Amino acid sequence: MNIIKTSVAVLTLVGAVFTPQETLASGDTPHAPKQEWSFNGLFGTFDQAAAQRGFQVYQEVCASCHGLNLLSYRHLSGIGFNEAEIKAIAATVEVQDGPDSEGEMFDRPGIPADRFVSPYPNPQAAASSNGGKAPPDLSLMTKARLGGSNYVYGLLTGYADAPIEFELPEDGNYNKYYPGHVIAMAAPLDDESVEYTDGTKPTLAQHAKDVTTFLAWAAEPEMEERKRMGIKVLLFLLVLTGMLYAVKRKVWEDLH
Amino acid sequence: MDTNNMHPVMKWVEYRLPVFSFLDHSLGTQYPTPKNLNYWWNFGSLLGLVLVIMIASGISLAMHYTAHIDFAFNSVERIMRDVNYGWLIRYIHMNGGSMFFIAVYIHIFRGLYFGSYQAPREILWMIGIFILLAMMATAFMGYVLPWGQMSFWGATVITNLFSAIPVVGDSIVTLLWGGFSVDNPTLNRFFALHYLFPFVIVGLVVLHIWALHIHGSNNPTGIDVKNKEQDTVGFHPYFSVKDLFGMGVFLMFFMFFVFFAPNFFGEVDNYIPADPMVTPTHIVPEWYFLPYYAILRAFTGDFLVYQVVSLGGLLMDAKLAGVLAMFASILLLLFMPWLDGAKVRSCRFRPIMAMAFWVFFLDCLVLGYIGGKPAEGIYVTIGQFTTFYYFFHLLVLVPLISRLERPKPLPESINASVLKAAE
Repeated sequence: MNIIKTSVAVLTLVGAVFTPQETLASGDTPHAPKQEWSFNGLFGTFDQAAAQRGFQVYQEVCASCHGLNLLSYRHLSGIGFNEAEIKAIAATVEVQDGPDSEGEMFDRPGIPADRFVSPYPNPQAAASSNGGKAPPDLSLMTKARLGGSNYVYGLLTGYADAPIEFELPEDGNYNKYYPGHVIAMAAPLDDESVEYTDGTKPTLAQHAKDVTTFLAWAAEPEMEERKRMGIKVLLFLLVLTGMLYAVKRKVWEDLH
Repeated sequence: MDTNNMHPVMKWVEYRLPVFSFLDHSLGTQYPTPKNLNYWWNFGSLLGLVLVIMIASGISLAMHYTAHIDFAFNSVERIMRDVNYGWLIRYIHMNGGSMFFIAVYIHIFRGLYFGSYQAPREILWMIGIFILLAMMATAFMGYVLPWGQMSFWGATVITNLFSAIPVVGDSIVTLLWGGFSVDNPTLNRFFALHYLFPFVIVGLVVLHIWALHIHGSNNPTGIDVKNKEQDTVGFHPYFSVKDLFGMGVFLMFFMFFVFFAPNFFGEVDNYIPADPMVTPTHIVPEWYFLPYYAILRAFTGDFLVYQVVSLGGLLMDAKLAGVLAMFASILLLLFMPWLDGAKVRSCRFRPIMAMAFWVFFLDCLVLGYIGGKPAEGIYVTIGQFTTFYYFFHLLVLVPLISRLERPKPLPESINASVLKAAE
């Protein structure tokens, strides 16, 4: 983590003033505090147990409004589900398929190759069931918001009563970290929203942490492989560059 | 090249197509290179490397990408998730864009500091500026292809700039869009041009290197090669190996971002699919365009420079002035060889010019910072001042200082400067 921070700091100094600046649209919305994530740092990996619990939270709570349309059920092997489990998970949904040889559409149980089934048949239906604005797809949520996973966690745990002077619209909810504070989604999670099977204590913070881990994986399923390969690539380049430097020294020796 | 010692096959080829002596004269032992080049001279070969990486990764991406507004976003995500090592190819290409600009800006500032644009390298320099322009067009169109929110709105803002051009502006915008808004035809033509332009860049690079080889590289002292034996060494093995070492260092920097901070240079909004009905709260271009964006936005009705150049608003409106200033900020560089009237090239021997150079460099950084900030409050004032200073430097300071400053005494020869440095 320190290496990342240092490198980023150096880059910030050198090139940097160029870096896209985080600008808060609404002026006073604070950044969500940083959390300790298993996937932080050069060697970070997804906590699979947390991601699986998070998947359960997604299935039982989020999935009633939010899609995950970039993922297929088969992808779930990335957080440690085995083939049989994935088949069982996929089989719980109904997928419209067809047309068959008679030209009829038909429903069948899902298979691992199917995309996660959206809660609504189309964006219009999603919007009309939710006060005019469709709930965003969650596939890339931790990459698509400033603050990433910290923001998602902050949002899920950031519901509070509005300050007295704050004018909250009737159909809005107050959230500490949502830009502008007024969010259409009511607090989705609470203590014991989901019953865990592994004995983990079902607190709001735990639910939020687990589902954020799941979503972080959903947004960057390649992350573990990427970091593993990155270590090898950088070590290789380090050795190669060191040898090239030695060759350079040797070649230039007679000139100096 | 001594053909007698060649392998018979090489000799056979050489007799019919002299590729080996050609290579030897352009990148080999027979290409004389000033022996005092420092590491700032590595960036030319690094840019060549990045160009090759961009074309190779880009062609691979094009095999999986779908240039249609309904599928573009998801096809990129499919590359990220389901194509074998697609995430690697895509992150290399994405970060390669930033690496390209980091290297090219260093390359350009190196040329400015050491006077590499001066006679007889004017055309070499000007081709370089055209390469920069082609790179900017390519990068801009490439950023549109994933069809995220910033792709769409960036394309909308930038293409709309052309509407400021009198009489034909609206027609140009319609032509760019292929319709009456940024839509599927826009995406299609941007993809076609994004694929084409890199090869235009390759052509320009060939010209750039050709022009380079006529008079050879400039060097940190800025003085000409006087004695080929003493002042220069063969490009190979001296600079080939030095460039390879530089590539190793540069690749470590590049790959760090690819593997550990792949979205560092990006905007989170571009992971939201484009939606013409929802405007992002803060539309910003990629970091490498921010200084120009700051210049563009500096031109408001009350900006003194605007009042002057438009004769109090008579000649043009502020939007047109901003667009012209943005293009002028790059095109002016074409005239550097004549704006700079000094007889001495390198700022090493021009202390006042060196100071002006660093202030100018800082000015560009501040412009970049301002370009990423919302146009309000103190940022507007700073942006306008730094915009003024950018042009003041190029149009007033450079011509004046270069003609008035008395340079420090030059070393006798490149060789003499190397020997002196070694003492």
